[in-house]
Amino acid sequence: MVISKKPRSQNHYPNPNFMREDRTEMSEDDDRSSPSDSVNTIDSCSNKTTSGSTSGSGPSSIPEYQAPYPDQVLENVLENVLCFLTSRRDRNAASLVCRSWYRVEALTRSDLFIGNCYAVSPRRATSRFTRIRSVTLKGKPRFADFNLMPPNWGAHFAPWVSAMAKAYPWLEKVHLKRMTVTDEDLAVLAESFFGFKELVLVCCDGFGTNGLAVVASRCRQLRVLDLIESEVSDDEVDWISFFPESATCLESLIFDCVDCPINFDALERLVARSLSLKKLRLNRYVSIGQLHRLMVRAPQLTHLGTGSFRPSEDVAQGEQEPDYTSAFAASKSLVCLSGFRDIIPDYLTAIYPVCASLTSLNLSYANINAEQLKPIIGNCHKLQIFWVLDSICDEGLQAVAATCKELRELRVFPIDAREDSEGPVSEVGLQAISEGCRKLQSILYFCQRMTNAAVIAMSKNCPDLVVFRLCIMGRHRPDHVTGEPMDEGFGAIVMNCKKLTRLAVSGLLTDRAFNYFGRYGKTVRTLSVAFAGDSDMALKYVLEGCPRLQKLEIRDSPFGDAALLSGRHHYYNMRFLWMSSCKLTSGGCQQIAQELPHLVVEVFNHEFDEDMGNFVNTLYMYRSLEGPRDDAPKFVSIL
Amino acid sequence: MACVLGGADGDLNYEETELCLGLPGGGKSEVETTTPKAPGKRGFAETVDLKLNLQGKDAVMDLNDNIKNASKDKNHLPAATVKDPAKPPAKAQVVGWPPVRCYRKNIMAQKNTSEVGEKASGNSAAFVKVCMDGAPYLRKVDLKMYKSYQELSDALAKMFSSFTMGNYGAQGMIDFMNGSKLMDLLNSSEYVPTYEDKDGDWMLVGDVPWEMFVESCKRLRIMKGSEAIGLAPRAMEKCKSRT
Repeated sequence: MVISKKPRSQNHYPNPNFMREDRTEMSEDDDRSSPSDSVNTIDSCSNKTTSGSTSGSGPSSIPEYQAPYPDQVLENVLENVLCFLTSRRDRNAASLVCRSWYRVEALTRSDLFIGNCYAVSPRRATSRFTRIRSVTLKGKPRFADFNLMPPNWGAHFAPWVSAMAKAYPWLEKVHLKRMTVTDEDLAVLAESFFGFKELVLVCCDGFGTNGLAVVASRCRQLRVLDLIESEVSDDEVDWISFFPESATCLESLIFDCVDCPINFDALERLVARSLSLKKLRLNRYVSIGQLHRLMVRAPQLTHLGTGSFRPSEDVAQGEQEPDYTSAFAASKSLVCLSGFRDIIPDYLTAIYPVCASLTSLNLSYANINAEQLKPIIGNCHKLQIFWVLDSICDEGLQAVAATCKELRELRVFPIDAREDSEGPVSEVGLQAISEGCRKLQSILYFCQRMTNAAVIAMSKNCPDLVVFRLCIMGRHRPDHVTGEPMDEGFGAIVMNCKKLTRLAVSGLLTDRAFNYFGRYGKTVRTLSVAFAGDSDMALKYVLEGCPRLQKLEIRDSPFGDAALLSGRHHYYNMRFLWMSSCKLTSGGCQQIAQELPHLVVEVFNHEFDEDMGNFVNTLYMYRSLEGPRDDAPKFVSIL
Repeated sequence: MACVLGGADGDLNYEETELCLGLPGGGKSEVETTTPKAPGKRGFAETVDLKLNLQGKDAVMDLNDNIKNASKDKNHLPAATVKDPAKPPAKAQVVGWPPVRCYRKNIMAQKNTSEVGEKASGNSAAFVKVCMDGAPYLRKVDLKMYKSYQELSDALAKMFSSFTMGNYGAQGMIDFMNGSKLMDLLNSSEYVPTYEDKDGDWMLVGDVPWEMFVESCKRLRIMKGSEAIGLAPRAMEKCKSRT
């Protein structure tokens, strides 16, 4: 979004005549024609003085006048131009042009994105960028979600919030992913940023309802409070009651992951006085009856996450229940539905009236079968995002394929996430989806049985694929029809999907698959590997062949030091490399640490694990401007 | 499950580096390939023996300590003596695989317990208050969210990690295998988890099989080891009966 920046020297508003004089002056001084052209074309609303020095603003004919150094003029011009740049990649490129551009870009950047909170320190970031209004920080690597990272590893929000409290008192938005945030941090946030508007915490932990209460009560301008898949401890605080008593600015309130009872009456009153509320996602402590009351209060909602999709226990059987279908019918703006926790499938039909307008439907916590899905999905012609459990079986996926021609993103989660589970979906479902949903861009598919043929079919039918993540849950499983490794299938994906940037592989894979990745995976940025490959060659193929690779996470694969070292040319271009339970030794890790001083090489070892011998359990390494961090816990060695 | 054999690397100790599905606890010297182990072997909390292990000086809970447990105690009980008579022992699972977030796994587990629980008692969760000596506020945990003492221990450690004092914190559970260690713990200022059961008695956590604990636990209190000493006798008895 474009934010037009006020120029830095606001107190030097010249009168328009002065401005014109100055332009002629400048065009005489300046060799280059372009700056004067640009000045002429600049909208005068920016009212920028072009007389260079920030202190003086007198007319240019005064003898003491200091001629602006050429860059200064350019900088002023640039400031007015660069403020329109929003893409951070464009901004990064612009900042490399020359010092002038670097300075100006830093002044005009308002959104700060830091993909690895340890790559740069808070002090450095706040020194360079002085006018930030929105911060996005990412902490732990993704494998931390799967218990592969010991707790208390790091990614603390505390040093960031205290630096930002001083540097950006006007901060409006904080978006954190996989960071540890404490109640104290939230208190600092709430106290320090008077106009704070948006807090989004994804996969975070370390805080509780105490922290939420502080944010609710102190951030009077709060528009967005989104808590997504975060661990929130129950401090037995009625945090909903801490929102201001008067009308609120709330536009989005997402708290389905806050797993503690809430004061429903307070919530109902909050919704009633939040007239801008568009997105509401409830937790499982809200029953369907209570949901009805909320929907009646807020028919303007566009995104709704239901709580428990069943009546509360104290509703007697046979008691008159509200007309849920009417409530949905009245919610004419609903485009996104989720929740459906603890579902009694009979109630699902209540959502019929909105199906035709839904673009996003998340049934991934609803244990329903194909028969229960079909009537719903049959109406979802506009659906673009669909998350579901494999309980719908291949038959359910066929129904999806038959109707959802606009589908862009599909995620099929396992209801029973164990290696030896039944696995109700298979290559049949994948094939059907590939044939029916040609516009598919992103897929995450958990299954127990798969064939190369189906994967190849998807690679050909869905050329727009950007994200392909296939998880065959039983490790090392080959194509269950031919008995061959899954090399050809995944190979076809990298070969045929020219826009592919993210790939996660599984099943029985030999070095051949990795050869394909290296040969064809030219646009791949993120690669996840588990229980795959035969030798170091596999990793070498990838490190040598994938120039865009930024995030590489590997577990339980037989790659050793030679492979690690073969990537030395590339590691500074990457955000991180994770390798756990591979064949790395401390020698190899030490060597890469020595060769590449701007990498932080973290190794997790365990004192008592004498059986490990010389092998390193986990390597997590990332580029950083700061060197080893000082908050590493004992079990982390930084080489 | 088939074992993945790496490339023909003659210079590596093959058994040591095989990536196989195997139960933890196979000693280095035991070369039988029936239960080989991999460098990154782990025991899934569910299936590994309900050995509750002391963390030592480290205030960090680590799932990999299951391996540590298994290898240290390989002279005692064999690994994976699962105290769950209801189901046959599941295949040993690997940590973090399949890659489904704990958040989602917990929800699916809740769902299962709620479906079962509703038929039984109509109350799907088992919330108990947890307090820790010295901490300013209470927490609550739903015991049904966890399948083992280890999981509960991890969760408690995380919850109370900000209240650790000195080198110790809300640590793991007590190692019942080692009587002298138990006494050391109880005499020290380490924290031990205790609970009040249905009869109103205060006991050391870890005494009884997990499911029985979930049924009978009414509240949890994490107290200093020295204060818990009166509760120890039962644990000591149990220890004696095993050796």
